[in-house]
Amino acid sequence: MRVSVQPDRFDPAAEMAGFGTGPTTGAVVTFTGIVRDDTGRMQALEIEHYPGMTEAVIADYARAAAERFGLSDVLVIHRHGRLAIGEPIMMVATAARHRQAAFEAAEYLMDWLKSRAPFWKKEVGADGESWVAAKDSDEDALGRW
Amino acid sequence: MAMTDPARIEVVYFAWVRERIGLPRESVTTAAATPRALIAELSAREPRYGAAFADPSALRVALDRKLSDFDAPLAGVREVAFFPPMTGG
Repeated sequence: MRVSVQPDRFDPAAEMAGFGTGPTTGAVVTFTGIVRDDTGRMQALEIEHYPGMTEAVIADYARAAAERFGLSDVLVIHRHGRLAIGEPIMMVATAARHRQAAFEAAEYLMDWLKSRAPFWKKEVGADGESWVAAKDSDEDALGRW
Repeated sequence: MAMTDPARIEVVYFAWVRERIGLPRESVTTAAATPRALIAELSAREPRYGAAFADPSALRVALDRKLSDFDAPLAGVREVAFFPPMTGG
């Protein structure tokens, strides 16, 4: 298991080296979140977080996912600071015996991290700055688990 | 307002709560027994706190870096954080 909260850009492919290489791994799922611009006027995304709490919350959910879905490996990377459009924000990787567990574990982690890991996104654009509001649908997604 | 013996607590703010208050953190000596009592006490001090805490249902609170609720006891807590709902992922 590896958790990293970092300002630095990462290469999702390079992060997979050595991931889930144990003999019981039959399936690996990866998800990468990318900074996107829906308005055509965004210049950057700024991500604030709560140092100390962020790492602990992510590690708790990673351990919970590993136990619930029988993962042989799990990786979460989440960036903070100022990010440009097209850059990776975060990634999750899960390794399990079978694909269903690996897919579900990745969705479980994404759903919980979106609403429970202490990150806050601010869009910086030509017209000014605005904090991204949490969506009810993100909170509703937790009901599935 | 629920009161207890005064204690020194680190109060931490994030995102637009931090911007409205104009500080990332401060030490507060308070007798508030719960986060709800603490925001009432701070809001009575200066308008900037009132602007940040106007709608507690739009806020979240963490006690010693664990998500909690506004009516949880503050006794023994060293760090209280107030922030909007998280938008990670």
